[in-house]
Amino acid sequence: MAKKPHPTPNLDQLESGPWPSFVTGLKRLAQDKDSVVDLLGHLEHSYQTRKGYWKGGTVGVIGYGGGVIPRFTEIKDAAGKPVFPDAAEFHTLRIMPPPGMHYDTATLRKFCDIWETHGTGLIAFHGQSGDIMFQGCTSENTQKAFDEINEMGFDMGGAGPSVRTSMSCVGAARCEQSCYDEAKAHRQVLNTFLDDIHRPALPYKFKFKFSGCPNDCMNSIQRADMAVIGTWRDNIRTDEALAKKWFAKHGMDELVNDVVARCPTKAIQIKDISKVRKAGNISSVAVNAEKALEIDNKDCVRCMHCINVMTGALATGTDKGATILVGGNRTLKIGDLMGTVVVPFMPLKEEEDYEKLVELGQAIIDFFAENALEHERTGEMIERIGLVNFLEGIGLEVDANMVSAPRTNPYVRADGWDDEVAKINARKAAA
Amino acid sequence: MAQATIRRAIECGVPDNKQYLHPKLAKNYGNWKYHDRPRPGVLHHVSHDADEVWTVRAGTQRQMDVWTIRKLCDIADQYAEGRVRFTIRSNIEFMVGDAAKVAPLIAALEKNGFPVGGTGNSVSMISHTQGWLHCDIPGTDASGVVKALMDDLYEEFRREEMPNRVHLSTSCCEINCGGQADIAIIIQHTKPPVINHDLVANACERPTVVARCPVAAIRPALVNGKPSLEVDEKKCICCGACYPPCPPMQINDPEHSKLAIWIGGKNSNARGKPTFMKMVTSGLPNNAPRWPEVGAVVKNILHVYKNDARPWERLSDWVERIGWPRFFEKTGLPFTKYLIDDWRGARVNLNASTHIRF
Repeated sequence: MAKKPHPTPNLDQLESGPWPSFVTGLKRLAQDKDSVVDLLGHLEHSYQTRKGYWKGGTVGVIGYGGGVIPRFTEIKDAAGKPVFPDAAEFHTLRIMPPPGMHYDTATLRKFCDIWETHGTGLIAFHGQSGDIMFQGCTSENTQKAFDEINEMGFDMGGAGPSVRTSMSCVGAARCEQSCYDEAKAHRQVLNTFLDDIHRPALPYKFKFKFSGCPNDCMNSIQRADMAVIGTWRDNIRTDEALAKKWFAKHGMDELVNDVVARCPTKAIQIKDISKVRKAGNISSVAVNAEKALEIDNKDCVRCMHCINVMTGALATGTDKGATILVGGNRTLKIGDLMGTVVVPFMPLKEEEDYEKLVELGQAIIDFFAENALEHERTGEMIERIGLVNFLEGIGLEVDANMVSAPRTNPYVRADGWDDEVAKINARKAAA
Repeated sequence: MAQATIRRAIECGVPDNKQYLHPKLAKNYGNWKYHDRPRPGVLHHVSHDADEVWTVRAGTQRQMDVWTIRKLCDIADQYAEGRVRFTIRSNIEFMVGDAAKVAPLIAALEKNGFPVGGTGNSVSMISHTQGWLHCDIPGTDASGVVKALMDDLYEEFRREEMPNRVHLSTSCCEINCGGQADIAIIIQHTKPPVINHDLVANACERPTVVARCPVAAIRPALVNGKPSLEVDEKKCICCGACYPPCPPMQINDPEHSKLAIWIGGKNSNARGKPTFMKMVTSGLPNNAPRWPEVGAVVKNILHVYKNDARPWERLSDWVERIGWPRFFEKTGLPFTKYLIDDWRGARVNLNASTHIRF
């Protein structure tokens, strides 16, 4: 039995309604835990005064420089004593999840047992960077909790100016749209940078994210320093039985309005079956006895829309890999930055392909470590130095797929033009 | 007494997920052919070898107590061979290899208070942050805002009635950890930081703080004989970037830290290229514990979108078709001067054409 609960009139109002209530969960924990009794009091105080009352600090585990998010209460009485003493230290452990966030119940139950013993019993699945967040323990118990979690085969995630915990989609484990082995890429890349994860020494945070197709379920393009987004080079595959089944259910209006008209590059047409082109870059599939879809794969930008609508009838190709984009992050400091293409296509099939992905990550992080200013993300660095300097720094050739349009101003010193043309011609000749 | 041996961390990194995969997923890894959705909250995947797996998705509160997690484990042990996974939006998924197990699994989840849904064209769970519960710089709460809003959107989570999927996020400061979304709720501070000059010299690395400011509004100063920092309040954009490296520069204010609503963020490449979200309203009060004013605006936007958008139009696609003037007209939201971008690169957001819908 824990101590008497504090009145929580505001939080009580978050127990009604149909959605699962975290307050009800906290109250359940508070039956046994003084720390959660005080946590509820602490949170209620925030609700009443509409302010936060946690400050950071330095708490860690032996051998690592990051991964614990320290929190100390700032709600103190006139004598400087914490008003909620049992929640005075309320640290979080960030633990890296397995790719795709798959678990067995034995693992989850073990997490619960450990956190019930050493912490509050409150666990978030998952934080915005993908970590399992074990929320709320004292400085003293941090090491104990980590040791037991670590013995299970789980490791600390990133915090501060470090390589951060990564996320990958469900991918090949349960999605037909998967274009590479996301879990393999995720582990192989991240586990190369354990030193940079555990001992923050970069100019600022660096995030990898792995999405198996251009639907980008991991939201990598807007927030990853290096986004690995699956794609394919060959033709869209088709399946006539599934196409006819789809058409029988949805009809011509939906085929025209929802599939053909929504293709961003007008690569899809409806044709009489007899008029479908036979060229090597054409995918086609009959939807009934007269009509077929014809897709010109040279015009297709692999947006995924038609494949999302007619799942199985249309499918990704088989010459698979990923597009690599660099430099996404949200507003601070210079404004929102989308990741942009630095490698239009990188095959990801063989072991050596994955090794090349790791090498690219290594080159980018090395360049970032050397050239970014303090607290500058990769996108901001590229904005400052220009994409070409970045590409030359990491040894990548320019490619017209890297721009949405060539420059619209003449403000460039172009006296190296002939040399560049000669280099491009030499490369072409050598290929 | 001998000192206890210091345990060194085993630097094992990201664990292999193969050991945790549902047997059907392990067996058909990389060999899936297509999927469909037999009902909201259920995905049905078929492999090239005609193997099948059904996935039941349920909403959680994300910040879970061990009792909740153990309950979910009990359900997984009973119906789903002891395997689960979580989505990026904190939904939990149970896989079953037998269609007959789907209905009892759904019944068990709903009986225990976990709504089944969040698939396809639903309003899925709100991706969110820590807020007052655990963050050191929050302007508002996260879990509470999400709970209040998901109570209101409960039926939209359980149905697939929107034109396309709807992703929501909330963020307790302008760093926007909740991320880009179709509709995002983000703190918008409206007053410059209030500086406690007694503490700055000891708590803040002043050059770092000066460098953080996006508009160079902070400069070192001697205040009451102490080294401190001062803010040019005419320049200050109230972003709060100075607050994390310098807690004595308090940016949060119970009254003046407002909530803004942003719409049209889309990370998928489907149809148009990915888009950033745009601010469409601000000035909403930080009204704990249930934030009714915020909920009303979000529900209104969702309602108008639901009735007006065509199939497969995400919020951004819909606005691209109807235009911003009609978005503001249909939602009744005021288009104020504060919504006209004046940050770097802003001119690309101006209408450089005579394309005007009358």
